[in-house]
Amino acid sequence: MTMTFDAMRRTLSDGRVPVSDLVLPRPNEVHCRVAAADLKDLSDCVCRDLGAELVFMGADDRRAEAGAFFVHYLFAHRAQNWFLHASARVDASRPEVPSLAAFHYPASRFEREIRDMFGINVTGHPDPRPLVKHAFWPEDYFPLRKNAGSPGFADDGRAFPFTEVGGEGVYEIPVGPVHAGVIEPGHFRFSVMGETIIDMKSRLYFTHKGTEKLFEGRDPADGVELAERVSGDTTVGHALAYCQAVEAAARVDVPQRAAYLRVILLELERLYNHVADVGAIANDTGFAVAHAHCYRIREQLLRVNGQLTGSRLLRGVLCPGGLTRDLDVPRDLSARIEALVADFDEIVEICLGNTLVLDRLEGTGVLKPELARDHGVLGYVARASGIDLDARRDHPFAAYGRLRFAVPVYENGDVKDRLRVRTDEVHEAADLIEQATANLATGPVRASPGRIDAFAPAFGIVEGWRGRIIHWLMTREDGRLHRVKIVDPSFFNWSALSLALVGNIVPDFPLCNKSFNQSYSGNDL
Amino acid sequence: MIGDRPLALVLVEMILLVLVGPLVTGTIQKMKARLQCRRGAAVLQPYRDLAKLFRKGTVQADTTSGFFWSIPILVLAATVAAGALVPVIRAGPPAFPLGDAVMLLGLLALARFLTAVGALDAGGAFGGMGASREMTIAPLVEPVLMMVVFSTAVAAGTTELGALAAHRGTSWFLAWRAADFLGFAAMLVLLPAETGRIPVDNPDTHLELTMLHEGMLLEHSGPGLGCMALASHTRQIVTLSLVSALFFPIGPAGGASGLVLGAGAFAVKILVLATFLALVESSYAKLRLFRVPQYLGVGFVCALTALALRIL
Repeated sequence: MTMTFDAMRRTLSDGRVPVSDLVLPRPNEVHCRVAAADLKDLSDCVCRDLGAELVFMGADDRRAEAGAFFVHYLFAHRAQNWFLHASARVDASRPEVPSLAAFHYPASRFEREIRDMFGINVTGHPDPRPLVKHAFWPEDYFPLRKNAGSPGFADDGRAFPFTEVGGEGVYEIPVGPVHAGVIEPGHFRFSVMGETIIDMKSRLYFTHKGTEKLFEGRDPADGVELAERVSGDTTVGHALAYCQAVEAAARVDVPQRAAYLRVILLELERLYNHVADVGAIANDTGFAVAHAHCYRIREQLLRVNGQLTGSRLLRGVLCPGGLTRDLDVPRDLSARIEALVADFDEIVEICLGNTLVLDRLEGTGVLKPELARDHGVLGYVARASGIDLDARRDHPFAAYGRLRFAVPVYENGDVKDRLRVRTDEVHEAADLIEQATANLATGPVRASPGRIDAFAPAFGIVEGWRGRIIHWLMTREDGRLHRVKIVDPSFFNWSALSLALVGNIVPDFPLCNKSFNQSYSGNDL
Repeated sequence: MIGDRPLALVLVEMILLVLVGPLVTGTIQKMKARLQCRRGAAVLQPYRDLAKLFRKGTVQADTTSGFFWSIPILVLAATVAAGALVPVIRAGPPAFPLGDAVMLLGLLALARFLTAVGALDAGGAFGGMGASREMTIAPLVEPVLMMVVFSTAVAAGTTELGALAAHRGTSWFLAWRAADFLGFAAMLVLLPAETGRIPVDNPDTHLELTMLHEGMLLEHSGPGLGCMALASHTRQIVTLSLVSALFFPIGPAGGASGLVLGAGAFAVKILVLATFLALVESSYAKLRLFRVPQYLGVGFVCALTALALRIL
């Protein structure tokens, strides 16, 4: 059963669901307070009856100001594009919230994160293991509490309790965190029978840098450079989500020209990453020729980026309110992109025409649609497993509401489909750049943000090249950032990788992993 | 015993193989790079890598036995000894008792066995995985190689490679029979497997989970790793020389001009085979591990038919 935004508001305000302090800060958002004890009823009503889904959970430490922690829940309705933001007050003397893990898997991971970072106890949680914390973190150290300080770190010597798989002939292969290639650190524990993977558990958070903590106390305008560096390959995605969050908080509309330019920047980022990924997938099948050519095209695209913005990785262009400066879009931009995409098409054709490459891609690393749905996966991983979602269409931002584009969806969920979603999106991206360039009007590219209300939560949602990125923020009374919470799509997708691996053989792991290509840095923060 | 190949020549040939081995690897790498529109490393890069490795110190895992350090030396010795058994620049029987093709394959198998033992010794997961994969593939490759050798040996009446090459020296490409073509086809199928290349193994990969041969070398370091690398270069050129001795032998020729001609012909033959390997590596992807037996099965059928045709 689905309802419109107004129907949702009526449902909430007629007292059936125990919420209070209803406010409508933006046209399609309802913010409310909820008692911790009523959380389950609320999510039951919003998810089951209204058809929305939980997309975000975060906490903030307001013990100094309000004597309590707050835990925030963001529900989004994809088809009707509305949001419900619910905040629960958690008493500082007995920090505790009930767990939503039983009915929503991603919630369990958010809750483990909140427990590790804030020391807020989650009652009834099925998994008592730490998520972010590694063994050398002191037991009572909760880094996102305002008074956390920096304690002495010492390894307690205890091993992480991985799920053990027993039986005759089953053995474990520990891989990482330091890998043979130039990639980020992550530990993978395989339980293997012969060459067949029975189970794989990943242990991440080796690159935890305290990014969210670094935002605190900054001026909102100074957060962009940090957001750009959340994940090195998603500069525009994260910076845009951050800027949109600030703009939502400051109630400022971005000028037309900036909105279209933002589309161009985001699609340029999508282009070079998808092209590089296709090459890397081909390389993991041992087809080095395609890899070399995809990297050649990626280099051309990076030069286009460099020429357009002065930064090959598109840094330093976005700012809250629009763009830091106007961009001189070359008249032949879309023609050059078209030529590179045509070049790329030829390489894809050669790859998919090679039976040996195709044999490696087909039926490898299948993520079944039911599992994908249960784990709430995002981006191309979801679209390859039959889930039709794309934040550009579902929650239009920048100028996407005024542009035409298709969202490719495939059903098999194997490596080949994840590759095909990428190749299709390359075309859509090139097309979007062409439309945006054609629609580019002259005018200002920056609006000055207004005043931001203290402790009023706001968020920005962007479909980065990997999937939906959410930046959520809140400012203090002095206008500086009180808390920023970042959700990279990798946070949802990493756990699905191990499900896609079951039944595959060990030598196919790099291929499956590359077809997911999730960010370590964006996940570990 | 009267023969065409005195001890000095055999020793020179053996040393030549060891010295030229890395160059062949470098040439294949260079050709692959050019086929990918890359500039690639210089053909001499494998020599530089070896020089670097031999200068380095050794790090050895605490879990290894006292036997571990000797593995690279034994592997290199077995491979180099195998190099003495294949005629390079002159065909004809040796002037002194020397092993035959069966011994050559035996020495290569010994080197492979020792490599696998070394990989298992350290007790690391990757070494064990590499060893188990190598030992899955090796029993499919070696018997087929034997059959190819026998299919030509039946015609010559000897398994001694020098004599075999001399016998076949008179029959040139146009005089090939069906058995020769089939045997050669089997050899072409086996070459990538025996030299650890695509579509069976990927020599360029750094992904520890997909490795076959490289996985077994992970625990070696410094000069030990240098020995293992030199052994793989040597193994590759020995295998290529075996192919040329069996299928494109150069006839016995006397005097210095004959030696120069033989050396030139050898260089051309190795270059042609190296080009073949580079082309195969650039146009195919790596097979899924469990498809490798099917691929090697094609070689087996060709070799079996070749042998049957000879005998019947």
